[in-house]
Amino acid sequence: MGSAQSVPPEMRALAERTGFTSEQIEQLHRRFKQLNHNRKTIRKEDFDTIPDLEFNPIRARIVHAFFDKRNLRKAPAGLAEEINFEDFLTIMSYFRPIEMDMDEERLESFRKEKLKFLFHMYDADYDGIITLQEYKNVLDELMSGNPHLEKESLRAIAEGAMLEAASACMARTGPDEVYEGITFEDFLKVWKGIDIETKMHVRFLTMEAIAHCY
Amino acid sequence: MGAAALRALPWALLLLLGPLLPGQRLQADATRVSEPTWEQPWGEPGGITAAPLATAQEVHPLNKQHHNHSAEGHPKPRKAFPVLGIDYSHVRIPFEISLWILLACLMKMGFHVMSSVSKVVPESCLLIVVGLLVGGLIKAVGEKPPILKSDIFFLFLLPPIILDAGYFLPLRQFTENLGTILIFAVVGTLWNAFFLGGLMYAVCQIGGSGLNHIGLLANLLFGSIISAVDPVAVLAVFEEIHINELLHILVFGESLLNDAVTVVLYHLFEEFANFEQVTIIDMVLGFLSFFVVSLGGVFVGVIYGLIAAFTSRFTSNIRVIEPLFVFLYSYMAYLSAEIFHLSGIMALIASGVVMRPYVEANISHKSHTTIKYFLKMWSSVSETLIFIFLGVSTVAGQHYWNWTFVISTLLFCLIARVLGVLVLTWFINKFRIVKLTPKDQFIIAYGGLRGAIAFSLCYLLDYEHFNMRDMFLTAIITVIFFTVFVQGMTIRPLVDLLAVKKKQETKRSINEEIHTQFLDHLLTGIEDICGHYGHHHWKDKLNRFNKKYVKKCLIAGERSKEPQLIAFYHKMEMKQAIELVESGGLGKIPSTISAVSIQNISPKTLPDSNALSALSKDKEDEIRKILRSNLQKTRQRLRSYNRHTLVADPYEDVWNQMLMKRQKMQQAELQNAYLTVPANRIDSPTMSRARIGSDPLAYEPKPDSENLPIITIDPASPQSPESMDLSNEVPKGCGGLPPSPEEDEEGLVMRPKEPSSPGTDDVFTPGTSDSPSSQRMLRCLSDPGPRQEPEEGEPFIPKGQ
Repeated sequence: MGSAQSVPPEMRALAERTGFTSEQIEQLHRRFKQLNHNRKTIRKEDFDTIPDLEFNPIRARIVHAFFDKRNLRKAPAGLAEEINFEDFLTIMSYFRPIEMDMDEERLESFRKEKLKFLFHMYDADYDGIITLQEYKNVLDELMSGNPHLEKESLRAIAEGAMLEAASACMARTGPDEVYEGITFEDFLKVWKGIDIETKMHVRFLTMEAIAHCY
Repeated sequence: MGAAALRALPWALLLLLGPLLPGQRLQADATRVSEPTWEQPWGEPGGITAAPLATAQEVHPLNKQHHNHSAEGHPKPRKAFPVLGIDYSHVRIPFEISLWILLACLMKMGFHVMSSVSKVVPESCLLIVVGLLVGGLIKAVGEKPPILKSDIFFLFLLPPIILDAGYFLPLRQFTENLGTILIFAVVGTLWNAFFLGGLMYAVCQIGGSGLNHIGLLANLLFGSIISAVDPVAVLAVFEEIHINELLHILVFGESLLNDAVTVVLYHLFEEFANFEQVTIIDMVLGFLSFFVVSLGGVFVGVIYGLIAAFTSRFTSNIRVIEPLFVFLYSYMAYLSAEIFHLSGIMALIASGVVMRPYVEANISHKSHTTIKYFLKMWSSVSETLIFIFLGVSTVAGQHYWNWTFVISTLLFCLIARVLGVLVLTWFINKFRIVKLTPKDQFIIAYGGLRGAIAFSLCYLLDYEHFNMRDMFLTAIITVIFFTVFVQGMTIRPLVDLLAVKKKQETKRSINEEIHTQFLDHLLTGIEDICGHYGHHHWKDKLNRFNKKYVKKCLIAGERSKEPQLIAFYHKMEMKQAIELVESGGLGKIPSTISAVSIQNISPKTLPDSNALSALSKDKEDEIRKILRSNLQKTRQRLRSYNRHTLVADPYEDVWNQMLMKRQKMQQAELQNAYLTVPANRIDSPTMSRARIGSDPLAYEPKPDSENLPIITIDPASPQSPESMDLSNEVPKGCGGLPPSPEEDEEGLVMRPKEPSSPGTDDVFTPGTSDSPSSQRMLRCLSDPGPRQEPEEGEPFIPKGQ
């Protein structure tokens, strides 16, 4: 299925690198072409054409994550202007479900990758630390549907959450030491109890209903 | 010593019960008039044996005579006026019921005292043994022990357990695994029934003279009765082994949903057994009736759930009867479904699941606690009674033991279960992301326990049409005993041996909540980008629909617009507050202070340094310490379902006193400090939180000029808090934060953030009558934030419960 020329010839290499099967790659390629209107790459604006994404409070961050160079494994910081199919697949590979035959090590690195993706979404300024302000921004976005929501409550929640994280991660410090923010290790600790690998996935297998974008 | 006495008590009571239990029919006529269903359960009693009753009989006719005498005026020798009379028949039925329930409760207590035994043997086994003993005792005395009547079981004993399970169903795991659960419930049960029925028919054919006459349909009926996994037994055993949530919900969900299949098959075969021939039409109709029964049951449940949610919207003035609404509507759902032979269990579950998010948003905290406690109490007692009665009925029932039949039933039951699970799992794993490992499969197969439902269904069989009923009963009881005793006892060591993942005792934190919501949105977004209408997409759509339309109808007032995260946060705060009270936190700063404080996190982001300077440094520190300890105290995660651990009650009396003292102190303060309002207000929410912590009852912000609704804390009555009937109000009012005495000196320096004037008169203004939320009970602590428009979140999945 699918004509040979519509799929990049490096498909086998892609399949190996990202871990998708060829059918999944084909399906994703089809979707990619829908999104990019038959150009070669996608830009940020193309994501605006997806109707359902409107209702999502964190759509800006999600779109941002697609172009984040850290996720694309190209650079430690910065945003790409446009992404090609390979990059698209790279981002999508973060959402692969786990397989039964993965051993402990692979599972661990899988898990770490997913968490790193999440971490990058929180950490907007590329400094590797989620500060209180960034956390507050995340909360603001999450609650962005409530225009009149009192900023104070959000701030309270953000501070409370940071306190929690800080207390979990820091050893006893003096009152003057400053806890900069949540580092990736701390982030891992926060997520320790939750099996992210079972939660953070999208079913690529059964993609019958392909939504069209206008 | 005390323990020994306690242990002796149940046995003493048993001995007492022995002679007393069998129905003493003093005035047979009087009791026959009462409800017919109650007569039967106790079987046919023998004569009156106990001595005290003889006197009773004497006295009663005496009374009668006396009345006759006064009524008719016959000259008769006058007897002395009976100063002390006994009239047992009058109270016989309630008395006996209470005795049985008391026995059940004492047994439960006894088992917890004898902890060494209950560690090895699950409670259900012990209870059956007790039932056997009691039954034996009654028989030894010469009376006929009561049998568990099906009516009583289905109408009174089963609903509390199911409602408890349904109301506290962990919805997230349930819906995530719904496909798996349905396949196990429907296909698995069908497979079990037909496999078992067919094989038993074969056995009967070759089994010799005693069994030849049992037809195929009768065997299929038998198969359908015994094939269903029993929720009561599963709950009783799985509760104690603390297995991981996935397995728990799989087995438990299966046991709940297979009720529809059981009901259909049962009625089907019961009807068919009377027919000479079964046509295709009948089979098609049977197939259709499955959908009617299950979907109809769910439909009935949903209707009642919505009505209950709607009713709870208006109960702000009569908080006391709120729990009753929940119970009654659910019970009515069950009964209504039973009227039409629909699946009552599914109706009950559906109503509980549907009404819960809305009811919880509407009712007071106390009502919530009441509902939780009552449900657990009833279901606990019910379960105990069921198992005891199983034991008693075993002794009491007529048995017909046929080695071939019983042993082959047992064998094929096990084989059918194992085969079914294996095949179905192989099929299901193709579609599951998180595959079921062989270990999981073993536990699922091993956890397929049979219980009292099978027994009661068999008992319902008409004796004329099914004269082999006794044999069926015997076989069923054997299987039940085997599964409960052997499987129930060995599952715990097996779980440890196989190192099956246990329940993770994670504490629900605000971080987790934020991350979970974030993840949900992320995954929805990715699905939209992929163009894949998956699980998250539809869930998101449902949530939006719920927020837009349903919540507005069913949730009272402004709470309908409260975002999930805020509600969760408030709930958490309140829980912490309650725990602080419990630990005697008034005036004491807990010693477990971590070194982290707000300063450590973000020295730069504290606003208005000049506002801070109005506060002395050590006051600040103290406040911070309290906050820290608040947030870092171990929070009990309210498990969705655990019989034995509930959040402990706050020490209400101590708390009331504390609050009263605080009120008095604050009023004194207020008089003095009225004129010293500082120009600056402290804006930091952490400060304001602490402030609120000191002032739970008195805090009441003036409504905004734009009339934004504000969360208020106030006791149930709109009276001024200054009034000294605080002691009445406080019990109805729910968990505010405990006051902290350091605030006293500040008085009004630290004001909570208010949208409008900084006037101090707000604090004690009783002007609650104008505020829309004035009548509401404290359900969540306030942050001074008006709740607003619809936002994302999952209404059906109240996190943090």
